[in-house]
Amino acid sequence: MILEKIHTENMYLYYSGKMALKDISIQIPEKKVTAFIGPSGCGKSTFLRSLNRMNDLIDGVKIEGKVMIDAINIYDKNIDVVNLRKKVGMVFQKSNPFAKSIYENIAYGPKINGINNKNQLDEIVETALKNAAIWDEVKDRLGDSALGLSGGQQQRLCIARTLAVNPEIVLMDEPASALDPLSTAKIEELIVQLKEKYTIVIVTHNMQQAARISDNTAFFYLGELIEYDKTKKIFTNPERKQTEDYITGRFG
Amino acid sequence: MINSLRKNIKGIVIEGITLFSAILIVTIVVVMLTVIFIGGKDQLSWEFLTSFPTDGMTKGGIFPALYGTALLVIIMSIAAVPFGTITAIYLTEYAKENSIIAKTIRFAVRTLAVIPSIIYGLFGLGFFIKFVGTHIDGAFFGGELKWGQPNLLWASLTMALLTLPVVIVSVEEALKTVPQELRAASLALGATKWQTIWKVVLPGSLSGIMTGTILAVSRGAGEVAPILFTGAAYYLATLPGLGDQFMVLGYHIYVLTTQSANVDQTLPIQFGTTCVLLLLTFTLNMSAVILRYRIRKKKNS
Repeated sequence: MILEKIHTENMYLYYSGKMALKDISIQIPEKKVTAFIGPSGCGKSTFLRSLNRMNDLIDGVKIEGKVMIDAINIYDKNIDVVNLRKKVGMVFQKSNPFAKSIYENIAYGPKINGINNKNQLDEIVETALKNAAIWDEVKDRLGDSALGLSGGQQQRLCIARTLAVNPEIVLMDEPASALDPLSTAKIEELIVQLKEKYTIVIVTHNMQQAARISDNTAFFYLGELIEYDKTKKIFTNPERKQTEDYITGRFG
Repeated sequence: MINSLRKNIKGIVIEGITLFSAILIVTIVVVMLTVIFIGGKDQLSWEFLTSFPTDGMTKGGIFPALYGTALLVIIMSIAAVPFGTITAIYLTEYAKENSIIAKTIRFAVRTLAVIPSIIYGLFGLGFFIKFVGTHIDGAFFGGELKWGQPNLLWASLTMALLTLPVVIVSVEEALKTVPQELRAASLALGATKWQTIWKVVLPGSLSGIMTGTILAVSRGAGEVAPILFTGAAYYLATLPGLGDQFMVLGYHIYVLTTQSANVDQTLPIQFGTTCVLLLLTFTLNMSAVILRYRIRKKKNS
């Protein structure tokens, strides 16, 4: 069996002893967009955050089973979490730029990785901003505070900041949920472009969004992975009744 | 009818009593400040601030006391602020909220905050002077009395202990104002915990750390008890170094009012010194309040 980029097997997650994710086994392919959908509290974000071990920050979280990235279990004792997070970047629901200049926001990641050469940093910043489709809007004010940008721009800046560390996988936790339709469209367009280079996993509560941008869709409900298939299949001919009920809006 | 009248009277009486108490407080403050200011305003001059006391402290200025106070709070801050900040970083960033260690530290900090300041003085005398100082003298100066006696350094360190709780609590508060999302963002970029603290959390809470420092300084500038045994001097003709005793505003007031040969003659200087000390602590507190207000505003925007 060929293992995909991300692969979990019988993964359980407990939050202070309470089961939050139950027996998740999934294969997420490289350079595709995979969407996680499901009602609030279904565990989709929790699962996403366990793919770069952001759940480590929360007390009382315990994980069982395998979570493999490139066939390596990321919960092995000898895994360096810092390196893992460089490889598996994350964009959050609420845009969270640092109270620094636009330039410094992007240069933050490369700098902590020891890149201090000005020319090199300039290049990384420019490439990252271009890849995040925000370069034209900010190129003349790189020294301005990132907090002065609009919400949509801030979120694309955060995506650029993630790209600047050169990850292989980008996890996105409802990246457009706080944005207006125009900014959302821009982010969606960007995500589709990004899959040429990156493996994208996106959590969204917006089913149209999942349908528009993802190749595969996973439906979570009450901590379980109910169904996982090609997006087209999930939205036109789901296998499970629960999936159908959810996507047709009968609950959720 | 009568019942409701009775209720009304009761209400008016209660309101009157509470209002009276409130007014009383305002009156006390106003009277205190007015008396001090009227008594001291003629003294306040550049001359007063920059000259030594003369004629058995019945004339002249308060420069050495001002100088000693400044040195005291500077050395105290150099000791208390880094130490307090590091403790606060441990409490907010590393310790688990309800772990035994965190609870023990918080308990210790609260206890430190309520210990009467005279006890700090005794502790400074026993620990810094009699223990540390005497041992330094024994080890490096062949037992000659150099550090085993009250001086500016030991007084500053004693004062640093006293202000430590203020620093810890303010810095902790400041660190908590840095949104959790920013820590997450930094960690998700592959930053280590320390890099996150150093490059995101600390810069984001700098003004809060400043507030804590100012509050500590203002507390330290006004305290007398801790330095009574550890370094404060009655009168000195020269400016002190680290190893010398020193004059300080608060103690100077005490000396002028109780120990002077002619208390009546020193009265104007007493008022002047009190005025200076009050202005100093007021200014410090006000700048802390303003800084804090600006942080809150920034946080809420």
